[in-house]
Amino acid sequence: MSIIGHFLRKEFAQLRRDKKMLPIVFVAPILQLLLLGYAANLDVDSIPLAVIDYDNSVESRQLVDKFVQSGYFSEEARFLSPELIDENINQGRIVAALVIPPNFQTDLRRGEKVPLQLLVDGADANTATIALNYADIIVSRFSAEIQLEKLQTVDRQPGRMTATAIPIEVDPRVWYNPELKSRNFMVPGILALLLMVTTMILTSLAIVKEKEQGTLEHLNVTPIKPIQLIIGKLVPFALIGMVDVFLVLGATRLLFGLAPAGSTLLLVLLSACFLLTTLGLGLLVSTVSKNQQQAMMSALFFVMLPMIFLSGFAFPIENMPRVIQYLTYALPLRYYFVIIRGIYLKGAGLSTLWDETLLLLIFGILVLGISIVRFKKQA
Amino acid sequence: MNNILPITKKEFRQIVRDPRTLGVLVFIPLFLLLMFGYAISLDVKHIKLGAVDYDRSSLSRSLVQKFTATEYFDWMGYIDRLSDVDALFEAQGVQCVVVYPRGYSRAIGRGETARLQILIDGTNSNIGATAMGYVQRIVQDASVELLEARGAGELQAGGIDFKPRVWFNPELRSPVYLIPGLIALILVVTAVISTAMSIVREKEHGTMEQLIVAPIHPVQLIVGKTIPYTLLSLVIALMVLMAGSYFFDIHIQGSFWALMLMTFLFLLSCLTLGLLISTIADSQQVAFMLATIITLLPTFILSGFIFPIRNMPVFVQVVTYIIPARYYLVALRGIMLKGAPLHVFWFESGALVLLSAVMLTISAVRMKKGGLA
Repeated sequence: MSIIGHFLRKEFAQLRRDKKMLPIVFVAPILQLLLLGYAANLDVDSIPLAVIDYDNSVESRQLVDKFVQSGYFSEEARFLSPELIDENINQGRIVAALVIPPNFQTDLRRGEKVPLQLLVDGADANTATIALNYADIIVSRFSAEIQLEKLQTVDRQPGRMTATAIPIEVDPRVWYNPELKSRNFMVPGILALLLMVTTMILTSLAIVKEKEQGTLEHLNVTPIKPIQLIIGKLVPFALIGMVDVFLVLGATRLLFGLAPAGSTLLLVLLSACFLLTTLGLGLLVSTVSKNQQQAMMSALFFVMLPMIFLSGFAFPIENMPRVIQYLTYALPLRYYFVIIRGIYLKGAGLSTLWDETLLLLIFGILVLGISIVRFKKQA
Repeated sequence: MNNILPITKKEFRQIVRDPRTLGVLVFIPLFLLLMFGYAISLDVKHIKLGAVDYDRSSLSRSLVQKFTATEYFDWMGYIDRLSDVDALFEAQGVQCVVVYPRGYSRAIGRGETARLQILIDGTNSNIGATAMGYVQRIVQDASVELLEARGAGELQAGGIDFKPRVWFNPELRSPVYLIPGLIALILVVTAVISTAMSIVREKEHGTMEQLIVAPIHPVQLIVGKTIPYTLLSLVIALMVLMAGSYFFDIHIQGSFWALMLMTFLFLLSCLTLGLLISTIADSQQVAFMLATIITLLPTFILSGFIFPIRNMPVFVQVVTYIIPARYYLVALRGIMLKGAPLHVFWFESGALVLLSAVMLTISAVRMKKGGLA
């Protein structure tokens, strides 16, 4: 035990001496949370819309009003001819353009099919899909209302079935995130990404650095065992990681007014389980690599980037090809996303999160175990 | 020039001597682009749908069929009681539930309004909002059909014939939108980190000091050292761009040379950023930390890759102006998807040149103060 004690004292002394590292590790996550948390927003509202109204009638103005009142579109410009659409979409000033044909009103009243055109910039497929959806709802509702008015005049003739209302109305209720705010989903996600990146960059060079500088050989001649060495390396980083957990959880509350719906204590405990996996992965990368450059590339290309893109941060895992879906089971961040979003949004407890927790623990112990074994072989 | 060339040669030899690292640098970005390109999308499809049917009529069943006939919904089955829904949301991942009240079909038969309740799991707001849109669209269509059936002949021709047309990406394919972002992110990470590490490594090993006492100017030294990495990055960029357009069937609409010019300016800003980091960091570890923190998540989130910049609060929008990928993405999407000519991007190219110049100046000042030793 005293060997570990001495070793730990040495590690802490080393950390304290590194003047640039500690600010990076403690200040950067908060700063990033502030910027990225506010930035990560997929809400689609006030889509900039241009209107080309060839009809300029009561009905056409009503329709435009419906678009604006929905809150999903904002009337950015009114053009007299369609030539300007091209240029404005190209420059990104507008995302959609509504073209109302001449005789819109008269044709509608006469009961003819009236063509209505909407041009959408598909370069941002996400915004475009949602814009199309909303536009379709607005238009078909408008159309139904006009049909209904007509039906009601027909109904006044004797011997007709009555039809006085729109047949089906939807009454949507959203659970867990009633305003469908992107932020409630994204901020916990950003928090998880920050913890992952911070702990990975801390540990992935830790051992290989000593290998490259030759100080590891000094350690090898001391009676310290691989397991003691790995634990000695792990403990300071785990402490730093836990301080980061408290920092970002606190900052999330202060900056975004977001508190977990479930138990904070559980969140802290399960975050510790998550840190075990990322610290373990970092140490594994560090023991396996020959030099720092190799370690850094492995950490980046094989751990961090896949975790960012394949764990379900913003891109649903269900949409991925089957093979890649299987691959995602090997990413601990996948489980942590379920945990952190479950606790923040749904108030989930250990009864629903136990399998994720168990997987994190097994994963953590496994990677640390492999690190120790690999380390033994090299020694 | 005479001083720069030997340094470049030496650096080249060093890169070539380590074929494994070279291979990793060239092929891993390509591999990741393909893997992520096939994996990620923001499409909302296969929403898990359930229904609580207190009405049990042919009308309610036919509406469920309308839902499941689309690829947007996957049918999970009927649920007996409303009180079971909570558990289903949590345990089975049901994301959307339609609740038919008692008397649903009777209300419709009488010409009254039947109220249909929709429960949506809003955890993932993007899925929630899109699901809500799909539901309303399908119900609206069903509603109009019922109206038309009532009105018999008189109304059949009427109404609005809505013709949406999507430009640049008519099928709204996710890769078309995401691949340019992936390309930018992969290039930043590769270029910034490899430059920063290659310089700091010499600092750490003390070989930089030997070069500094040699009769060459620090700027020449840096230019000489970055030329091979610029070329290497250009090769990687070219491969990634070609692979992206080939494998994901994205035809480059605009000029190839315009694309290469913008790519070059973008890489220039990445390399100067790497250089700047190397004048601040004195160990590879710190260089790696700084480079990762500065490039990885900020490029992913602040560049307009998936999160529209116009949605961000003003103080964040201001910060996005110092993210090189922000400009590159506008140009990349513009040239690749929209076929926009080069002169449209005068602001983006100007901004990239300015960013590079500023970072280069700061690096030069720091170098004079001994930032490289």
